[in-house]
Amino acid sequence: MSGALQTTQDLTQLASDLLARAKKRGATQADVVVADGDTFSVQVRLSAVDRLTKAREKRLGLRVFIGHRSATASTSDFSTESLERLVADTCALASAVAADDVSGLPDASAMAKELPDLGLYDATTLSTDMQIELARRAEASALAMDTRITNSEGADFNSASGRVVLGNSHGFLGDYRSSTFSVSVSPVATDAGSGGMQRDSWYAVQRKYAKLDSPESVGQEAARRTIRRLGARKVPTTKGPVVFDPEMAGSLLGHLCSAASGYALYKGTSFLIGQLGQKLAPDFVTVYDDGLMPGGLGSRPFDGEGLPTRKTTVMERGRLASYLLDSYSGRKLGLVSTGNASRGVGESPSVGPTNFYLVPGAKSPSDIIGSVKNGLYVTELIGFGVNMVTGDYSRGAAGFWIENGELAYPVEEITIAGNLKRMFADIELIGSDLEFRGRIASPTVKIGEMTIAGN
Amino acid sequence: MSLTQDVELAQFGFSEPDIHRALGTIKVRDVDYADLYFESRVSESVSMEEGIVKRAAKSVSQGVGVRATAGEKTGFAYSDELSSKDLALAAETARYIANSPQGAQPVPVASRAKPARDLYPADRPVTDIATAERVHLLNLIDAEARRYDPRIVNVMASFNMEYKRVLVATTDGLLIGDVQPLTRLQVTCIAEEKGNRQIGSFGGGGRVGFAYYQEKNRYADYAREAARQAILNLSAVEAPAGVMPVVLAGGWPGILLHEAIGHGLEADFNRRKTSVFSNLLGKRVASDVCTIVDDGTIPFRRGSLNMDDEGTPTSKTVLIEKGILRGYITDRLNARLMGIPLTGNGRRESFQSVPLPRMTNTFMLAGESEPQDILRSVKRGLYAVSFGGGQVDITNGKFVFSASEAYLIEDGQVTKPVKGATLIGSGPDILTKVSMVGHDLKLDEGIGTCGKDGQSVPVGVGLPTIRIDEITVGGTQ
Repeated sequence: MSGALQTTQDLTQLASDLLARAKKRGATQADVVVADGDTFSVQVRLSAVDRLTKAREKRLGLRVFIGHRSATASTSDFSTESLERLVADTCALASAVAADDVSGLPDASAMAKELPDLGLYDATTLSTDMQIELARRAEASALAMDTRITNSEGADFNSASGRVVLGNSHGFLGDYRSSTFSVSVSPVATDAGSGGMQRDSWYAVQRKYAKLDSPESVGQEAARRTIRRLGARKVPTTKGPVVFDPEMAGSLLGHLCSAASGYALYKGTSFLIGQLGQKLAPDFVTVYDDGLMPGGLGSRPFDGEGLPTRKTTVMERGRLASYLLDSYSGRKLGLVSTGNASRGVGESPSVGPTNFYLVPGAKSPSDIIGSVKNGLYVTELIGFGVNMVTGDYSRGAAGFWIENGELAYPVEEITIAGNLKRMFADIELIGSDLEFRGRIASPTVKIGEMTIAGN
Repeated sequence: MSLTQDVELAQFGFSEPDIHRALGTIKVRDVDYADLYFESRVSESVSMEEGIVKRAAKSVSQGVGVRATAGEKTGFAYSDELSSKDLALAAETARYIANSPQGAQPVPVASRAKPARDLYPADRPVTDIATAERVHLLNLIDAEARRYDPRIVNVMASFNMEYKRVLVATTDGLLIGDVQPLTRLQVTCIAEEKGNRQIGSFGGGGRVGFAYYQEKNRYADYAREAARQAILNLSAVEAPAGVMPVVLAGGWPGILLHEAIGHGLEADFNRRKTSVFSNLLGKRVASDVCTIVDDGTIPFRRGSLNMDDEGTPTSKTVLIEKGILRGYITDRLNARLMGIPLTGNGRRESFQSVPLPRMTNTFMLAGESEPQDILRSVKRGLYAVSFGGGQVDITNGKFVFSASEAYLIEDGQVTKPVKGATLIGSGPDILTKVSMVGHDLKLDEGIGTCGKDGQSVPVGVGLPTIRIDEITVGGTQ
């Protein structure tokens, strides 16, 4: 589906036009984000196409400042009348809210000057049939792995590519293209004895098609993860060490990332308030947020306000070294933006990670499991039992019971509970197995002790 | 009361011959069914923090989703350009799944219809309310929450409203539209005492206008309730860990039904036999005091709809009757493939997504017990009054939900508040352990949003006070 707009030049022209119109309507400052892109996704189930989706989308967001009052608006309708109305509505909204002394664009002198090519775009186009075939191959290899794989929630192949243009009244005008390719499989296994079912999944995602894991390897890993859950049982309520696999350790790191957000801090909704410079974890814990990682899923040449992205040390040898900030939350806290403005097209900027990761250690995952006499290896967490204000943590879990350094049997219907601050302080070991599958990544992590609730 | 406003094709820039042509393009030999879903949505939000309303946002979107189904296959395309050319392209894409791309089949000329009832009459678009009025309301909320207790150190509040017009055209000749307003007011308070910081949240809403929040000073109740929870949590103790009896209060704790039962009864999972409930129709899955329904027809509720997103009128579906599993909730594709009744539960987040069988308002009918007797029956356990979110793995039926307000029950008395309690259980098992159901059925305040397959839709839940004889509580003590 081709829209009226075709080139990056058209989009930058549109952004410039809107900024000029906003100025005419009384905006003292403004910025505009324009995004467009193509998406394709296919889901195959039991080898047949289940769902095929294709679309081209575009969207535009405007933020205006009238003095210290500001508002945002967005639309997918790029007609002249619609844009005229958008500018008028945004300025009217801004006039209706209260003045906020610290609002405004970043300083003009701070805007990104050079836009590095971070390898975010791959022009490879795959035919519809080819993408169906990739999903089919991924699922087929999962189904062929083991006779206990009896059903499937399907396999997906997705491809997307798009452009982002950001312009503001300081004269900044930047753009970049990006793409992603991903494949995922969700097999279902049945236990021959009890008839009980288990599901798990595995996936791969990359900006460049050539770097994507083979569909077969993704399918086989999905099957392996699913089968090992069969026969899961509960365990008695106890306290003990908990080893988080890389995916689940990534979720812990995600909580750290949310708590380090300048917005959570100034609003008082973070357990990291007043902790800057404090020792929160052992010496071997270092966390970076790196927006310039080549081909990274969170990489970008400039942030949602046009500031240069960079590598920030969030935790250095266990000490909280930096919060993540955009210019607004930075000003609220008397600090400078770290280039972490994340901006949905129609929203005010907020803070988001780029590539946020825990620096790997030297131990293999099996060494870490081997260090546990009696404890839990967590491979799945469900529910929302995390209180970001206090750090109180209590989530549903599934995984394996560890006995004498070996995975003894699968477990489910249990919870693990603790407090995030204590959990970070209680990190005992970090694995060597760091892999990037998203914006937030972690190797295997072992926490000294948590409460495990079961029978 | 006004009748449902007409939604005409012309509002989207199309005429009946345009849609007839598009549906005709899709309807080839292998295609069983196709539909077009036109949508236009305006939403606005204002939010307050630190005592000032400093953010306002508006979003306008429109587009068309084009779908074809052939057997179990779905082809789908969407466009945010509403032109004949884009509609034709989307139609070509959607029919890609058919094995017989050549030759069109006739489709009946659409006969225009309106939903038979109006569950949320709106006199005028909710977005016409002046921004100044909304700003004023949020300022009043800030003052009310701070007046509740000086330990309230921050108040955040937001008011969101959405006005959506939708129109569905199908290959079996249906052409039907609806206007769907939706609003929500949310308040969050932070309390602080000697370095101990705690949070409390409360909110409500529905398919109602702005005046709803001023009636009976509802907005002020929301503010006091959020403040009360934050202050209460200052004195909360660590939650217990292990298996124990739990009493759930009425209203929002009905999220238990949504997670433990509701998702597992959505027809798509059961057609694919990936739900733990797949083979349990007609079987006992709950104690005989449990009767559970999904009802999309309650006026003004957040989960209610005049018609679902496939144009089917919503209905009241009995899921569990006195403990016996009676039915699934369906959309057109799954009802057809499974040969079971169409319940009007085909819902979609927007024109950019395909319809899926989704819940509307899911609740347990009232029983006969006195709520006080239910509490008195517990020697040592947990009384859970309010919850954050929940989640379920439908394949093995394990679900969790996390309490935001809960108390210990000791010798039949509600005693200390506890924090951080997560409940975990097994769907087909948990309702067999419900031994008492109160006569005090309450629906939630209108804040629920349900996620599935990446799509979020507004839903409602409800529950009378119930006793669960045993469930695992995940605390730290």
